[in-house]
Amino acid sequence: MKSVFSVGKLETPLEKREEIIKVTKLNKWYGDHHVLKDVDLAVKQGEVIVILGPSGSGKSTFIRTINALEEFQKGEIIVDKIALTDDLKNIEEIRKETGMVFQSFNLFPHMTILKNISLAPIWVRKWKKAKAEQIAKELLERVGIPEQADKYPGQLSGGQQQRVAIARALAMQPKIMLFDEPTSALDPEMVKEVLDVMKTLAESGMTMLVVTHEMGFARQVADRIVLFDKGEIVEMGKPEDIFDNPKHERTKAFLSQII
Amino acid sequence: MDNIQLTNSEKILSKKPQKEKNILLWLKKNLFKDWKNVLLTIAAAVFSIYIFAKVLSFLFTSDWGIVTNNIRLLMIGQFPVEEIWRVWIGVLFISALLGLSWGLWRGVIGHVAVVIGSILLIFGIIPYTEESSKMYLFISAALIPAFYFIGRKANFLKVPTLVLWILYLPVTISVLNGFGMLDPVSTNVWGGFLLTLILASAAIVCSFPIGLLLAVGRRSELPVIKYSCIVYIEIIRGMPLIMVLFIGQLLLPLFVGSEIQLDNVLRAMIAFTLFSAAYLAENIRGGLQSISQGQFEAAQALGLNNIKVMVFVILPQALKAVIPAMVGQFISIFKDTSLVAVIGLTDFLGIGKKMAANPEYLGKYLEIYIFIAFFYFIFCFLMSHVSKQLEASLGVGKR
Repeated sequence: MKSVFSVGKLETPLEKREEIIKVTKLNKWYGDHHVLKDVDLAVKQGEVIVILGPSGSGKSTFIRTINALEEFQKGEIIVDKIALTDDLKNIEEIRKETGMVFQSFNLFPHMTILKNISLAPIWVRKWKKAKAEQIAKELLERVGIPEQADKYPGQLSGGQQQRVAIARALAMQPKIMLFDEPTSALDPEMVKEVLDVMKTLAESGMTMLVVTHEMGFARQVADRIVLFDKGEIVEMGKPEDIFDNPKHERTKAFLSQII
Repeated sequence: MDNIQLTNSEKILSKKPQKEKNILLWLKKNLFKDWKNVLLTIAAAVFSIYIFAKVLSFLFTSDWGIVTNNIRLLMIGQFPVEEIWRVWIGVLFISALLGLSWGLWRGVIGHVAVVIGSILLIFGIIPYTEESSKMYLFISAALIPAFYFIGRKANFLKVPTLVLWILYLPVTISVLNGFGMLDPVSTNVWGGFLLTLILASAAIVCSFPIGLLLAVGRRSELPVIKYSCIVYIEIIRGMPLIMVLFIGQLLLPLFVGSEIQLDNVLRAMIAFTLFSAAYLAENIRGGLQSISQGQFEAAQALGLNNIKVMVFVILPQALKAVIPAMVGQFISIFKDTSLVAVIGLTDFLGIGKKMAANPEYLGKYLEIYIFIAFFYFIFCFLMSHVSKQLEASLGVGKR
């Protein structure tokens, strides 16, 4: 099971690990609207980063630039030693190494759960169908819904769909997982089952960037919290520092609104 | 409706919808409830019986000689009698294919096979068919069940069968035409239902891939591709079909040069294909637009390249969404083939019109047109039915 789900707990302490994502002076405009302003962020292997911030602060846009779902105009992004450029080849390489989970699940409604998960491994990683399906089944087991393999997404609850979406992203065996508000579209009673899966994933040593409003998750799981506001990183630090001892005014304002 | 009480919803839910057991009660409730109802029922009944009687008496008292004496002409036009076996090869081939596919895939293809088989049988049984044709008709009809059983047993034939389907039209047209190996049968003598079917199926089969490419091209980010697709689609859609047919007749020879002789039927096929493709492209584009951005993003995020995103994720959903519109386009192109009359071809309807002009059958318009209309109806209805079944079977797991 270890081979498909966990990267293996990294022995080296966080400070000495290699940087797997390096973003320097990232700038993005939508027309005249400056959505990302000189964003700098370096993520180490196995680090779990939770990105907080008011809506419209650019946090979703930021993680979507990392796998080139959004373009950027200035700055540099290096993912797993590959520089993100307009070159389609580089983009595809980076996407192979980064899994993404969306707010609205975005499962493929015309395919069974098993096909949803095994599609990319078969056609991008070029695995044999049997191998891909075997791994898909193992992943479904890990996210706790092995019995749903032959159903269609429409037949599953929101929480189950999101767990399938996580399994689908993991099937490509990415080095990095991006989560774009994974629990925001869920009914309250289903949030926990998805967060639990994410927690296990974090414990297994996966590098994760999570945009969320789940403060409990942020406090418990994150190695580092990044606070976005108006397209900039306002404050960054360990969860206990950010939550208990915020330095910046805007951080205080944001935290006072949600807690 | 008085007995519905919101407080007692459990009771209502547990009650099955009542089925009317007594036909008299049903009649009373639905047709003779009060005096207005009675009046309407009687008026409607009288009117229906009147129409029904008229139609019946027409069907049984008229002289159907114009149809029964000319079945061959209606079906294949002036196609030479001594070469008629070529047509039968086409019929035998498609009967076998239909049977085989029915056995392999079951489902709606079985409905098509049964309808086609029944038509063949009916033509085999009626006394008006020529003796030589009867043999072919019975063999074709028998091929369908025979190959059905082969298909059921031989699962490995799926891929070869698909290849045969792709080859069917080119092979049949080559056999009909001769193409070097046999004596050429000029397309000038092709006619009747044969011509209608060939024109329609060629246009449908060829316009689909072209329409697909145009639809995807119109959404391309490359301006050259995008705008050439838009220009093509809008120009074709801005012209009446008859004009496209004329252009096919007059302009195509200019484009391809005088060395290559394009015959009439081929030019008509090209014209229909180009016309239909533009409309199909717009139908398919509608389907593409109904797919949410999230589907594209999810597929891209998994590392699929643009072509794979289209093939595996977007097109299956988009095409499913526009099956009704596409089949509508196919049905309309099937009927529009009757416009080839204006460029001198005699299709199914055209040959009927010519017959009706024959002094021997003076005043027999209605008989011939009813027969032709009935035939068109069967095939259009079949397409419509297939589309409905296809939608239902693809609807599995739909949100």
